[in-house]
Parts: sequence; structure tokens; C-alpha cells
Amino acid sequence: MILSNKARYLLMTLMGIGLAFIYVPLIIVFINSFNASKTFSWPPRDLTFDWWNRAIANTGVREALGWSVIAGVSATLIALALGTALAFAVARYEFFGREAISLLVVLPISLPGIITGLALNNAFTQTLGIGTSAFTIIVGHATFCIVIVYNNAIARLKRLGTSLQEASMDLGANGFTTFRLITLPNISSALFAGGLLAFGLSFDEIVVTTFTAGPGIQTLPVWIFNNLFRPNQAPIVNVVAATLIVISILPIYLSQRLSADTSSGGRF
Amino acid sequence: MKLINWLHRHEKVRLATLLSGPIAWLVVAYLGAISALLITSFFTINTFTGDVIQKFNLGNFQELFTDPAYRNVALRTLFIATAVTVNCVILAVPMAFYISKVSTPRAKKVLIALILTPLWASYLVKIYSWRTMFEPGTGVINWLFGPIGIHSPGFGLISIIVGLTYLWLPYMILPIYSGLDRLPNTLIEASSDLGARNFATFKRVILPLIFPSIVAGSMFTFSLSLGDYITAQIIGGKIQMLGNVVYQNFSLNLPFAATISAVPIAIMGGYLWLIRKTGALSSL
Repeated sequence: MILSNKARYLLMTLMGIGLAFIYVPLIIVFINSFNASKTFSWPPRDLTFDWWNRAIANTGVREALGWSVIAGVSATLIALALGTALAFAVARYEFFGREAISLLVVLPISLPGIITGLALNNAFTQTLGIGTSAFTIIVGHATFCIVIVYNNAIARLKRLGTSLQEASMDLGANGFTTFRLITLPNISSALFAGGLLAFGLSFDEIVVTTFTAGPGIQTLPVWIFNNLFRPNQAPIVNVVAATLIVISILPIYLSQRLSADTSSGGRF
Repeated sequence: MKLINWLHRHEKVRLATLLSGPIAWLVVAYLGAISALLITSFFTINTFTGDVIQKFNLGNFQELFTDPAYRNVALRTLFIATAVTVNCVILAVPMAFYISKVSTPRAKKVLIALILTPLWASYLVKIYSWRTMFEPGTGVINWLFGPIGIHSPGFGLISIIVGLTYLWLPYMILPIYSGLDRLPNTLIEASSDLGARNFATFKRVILPLIFPSIVAGSMFTFSLSLGDYITAQIIGGKIQMLGNVVYQNFSLNLPFAATISAVPIAIMGGYLWLIRKTGALSSL
């Protein structure tokens, strides 16, 4: 596009300010995890790996990490099954209410987490009377992970079209064989990307977790939150926070390489 | 004929199998839970035992509307959500414009990845990072800008607005970017050929065309700000938002928590109704 140099430099400056706004706080947290001072002081006077070693040895962190992985893996598996089935139904069939599905599926992540969390808590403790547990965390997480898998799967299915599938059927393969040999290999990278991002979303989730976690169960974000205001734990919280920043780069990087179907990785 | 009928039925069976799981989950479980929450908002509790009494009454809503404390919190939350949305638009439009229309194709890819990555970074860590920024005294803002006379305002309204703007900015950049990407460059060039200056082109050609994208982004920035309570807890000082009141009542008086949470639901419902004609819903 033709732009005057003045406009071009102005836009470039604004872009730079925006990126600095996004990245400076994250970089500070990362550097701070090496800050030798026990209470927060900036700039750090001395750097140390000590907090990293202590965080790795911390049993609370380990236990919380375990719950996060259990919740994330289970919710991702449920979301993979339900999100893929829904994507197939919407992409390949005509039915009443099909348009409403795209709105319905995005609702759990577009409504504030506190609404979803409170609604699920109310349903579990009052309506169903089963109380909260690890199971209810998984149900809560799966609810908002479905949309991620769905968005990734449907983008791929729409791009794929049906001609390959029809060719396979014309050549005599039945529905199951066609799915196994033609459709699944073609969508598997999109499903993997969707699953990875769903796990990432579950791994970060705190609000819904707070409302659906059974007594004594802490996922990693809940652990951070509970230890945020304890002065002795601050350096270890810094380390966990820095680790989460680094980990978050992985799913987005891998999913971009695996599937270029959705620019946002399916978050919209 | 028999075969066609059978296939037809078979197709329906297949569709039903595909749909039953997700629909049971999203409609029965999720929408069911939201409906149950709205019904609970009309219930009350036994003040001695704390148990929910399932008797329909309007007492909670009466309290919500008559107590000025709740009205103040609701208005403050609306103000914060509006301010956050405006901030996000101001920051996002030039960034999205730069990515879409100015940067080279190679840089475009990198910039998109740079915008996307923080979207997946931990929510809690992002807010926590602003605690280290705003920390009165030894915070990073004081360290960076202190020499030029700008000091951290401490934890309060301003830090909440900055923190929430930070959290939801990518949700605004991405829809505006995809809106701009659909906008042909020739339109902008035609406008400048016809004598419009940069600003006139922006105001009269670009802005009306990307308005649906801005509204789409605002749905996220507005809705997510309305329900937030963790940001206020970590960097808000003594400031309370609707979410904080919901959270405080959650363990004490569940029906009243449900009543308060009906406020953001109602505001979002009204908002969706207002914007339904802008085409924002289809540009998501």
C-alpha cells in the first residue's frame, strides 16, 4: 500500500509501543524468577538459580502440576470426541438449528468464566447434589475446550471437501474404511493442534477451576493464586509463572506448524 | 426405493449419533446449568444453616436494585468494561492496520504469532506481571518512568483498567486484523486518488468498513471485563467489581451470587441485541 513516510513511521512506532506493552511485563516476570532478593525489588541486584531448584523440589507445586495434567488430559480427550463429532455433523449434514450451533459452542468461552463456574457449581452442588471433585473440574474444563477442537476440526473439514471421501466410496470402501484410511489421516494434524490448544487452555484456567474444584484439589493456577500473597512463597511463584510463560509458547508454535487453518488457533 | 429409504434413515441415524453427545453436553448440561443458575437467583437461604430454600421470591432482586452499594459496583464495572474496550480499540486499530497493510508478508507471519502467543500465556501470570509493574515504590513503572516524572498510581481503578486492557488486547487485534485483510487495498487507493487525505480516508472509508470487526472484538473485551474478579483481587487494591461481589457471596449466599451474576448476563444480552444489526456476529 502507498503511504506517506510520515504515516508509515507513525504506524511503525505505534506497533512498537503495542508490542512493548504486550511483552515487557512477561519479560519482567521471567527475569524476576532469577532475582536473588526474597522480597520484590526491581531492578534485581543479584541473579540466582536457587528458586528454580526449590520450585522443582516443592511438593505443593508437584501435586498441583499432577492435578493440572490429569484435568487437562481428561478434558482434552472429552473435547476431542465431542468437538470432532459436532464438527462432522455441522460440516457434512443439513439439519434444523445448525446455525445456532456456532453460537452455542462459543458461549462457554465468551461468557465470563465466573458465570460458567458459578452455573456449574450450582448444578453440581444444588441441582444434582453430587458435590465438587476432580471429576467436576474435568467436566468444567471440557465444556470450554470443545470449541477449540471444534473450530480446528471444522476449518479442516470445510477445506477438505467431500470429493476424496466420495472417490473412496466409489472405489468400494465402506464408510468405516473411508474414515480410517482417508478422512482421519487428512484431519489428524488439525485434531492434534486442536487437542494441544485445548490442553493449553485447560492448563491455564483458574476461574472455572476455583468454582468446580473438590476440597483439597489445587491445579497449578489455583496453587499460584493461593500462594501469591504469601511472602515466603513469592520467589517460587515467580518461577512457576516464568515456566508457564515459556510453556505457553509451545502449543501455539506447534499448532501453527501443524495446521494453518485458523489464525487464532481456534480460540475464536 | 427400499435402499434409498434405508440410506436416508441410515444417514439420520448417523447424524443423530454425531450430534447426541455434543448436544447433550452443551444444551442439556451447559445451558441447563445456566438456566438453573438464573432460577436459583429467585431463591433464598436459611440464614441460620445457610441452606438454599427453593421458594420463588423477588427479595434478591429487590436488594440488588435498592442497595446503592450494589448499584455503584455495577456502574463502576460498566465504566471499567467500557474504558477497557475503548483502550483496546485505540491500541488495536493501528497495530492491526500495520500488520495487515504495511508489513511485508514475512513480517506479517511473525507479527501474528507475536500477537497470538500472549493469548495462550497464563491469565494469572499476565495479571501477576502487572503487579510487579504497578508495585508502589519498587515497581517497574517507577523504575522505568520515574526519571521522567511519571509514577505508578498504585493499585486501584487505573491499574485494573490497564491490566484488563492488557489481557484482552489480542481479542481486539485479531478480528480487526481479519476485517482489514478482507478490505481491498484498491479502495484505500481510490479514496486517496480522489483527493482524500490519510485521515479522511481512515475516517470515511476504512472505519465504516471495519466497524463490524471492532464490534466483534468488543464483545470479548466487554464481556470478559464484566465478569472478571481476579484482576481486581490482584491489582485492584480496595476496588471491587461485580465479579468480586459474586465471589464473596458464592460461599455465603449462593442465590444472591446468582442474582448478581444475572447482571452481566443481562448486560451482555442487551449488548448482543444492540449489535445484532451491525453484522458483528457473522464476522467473528
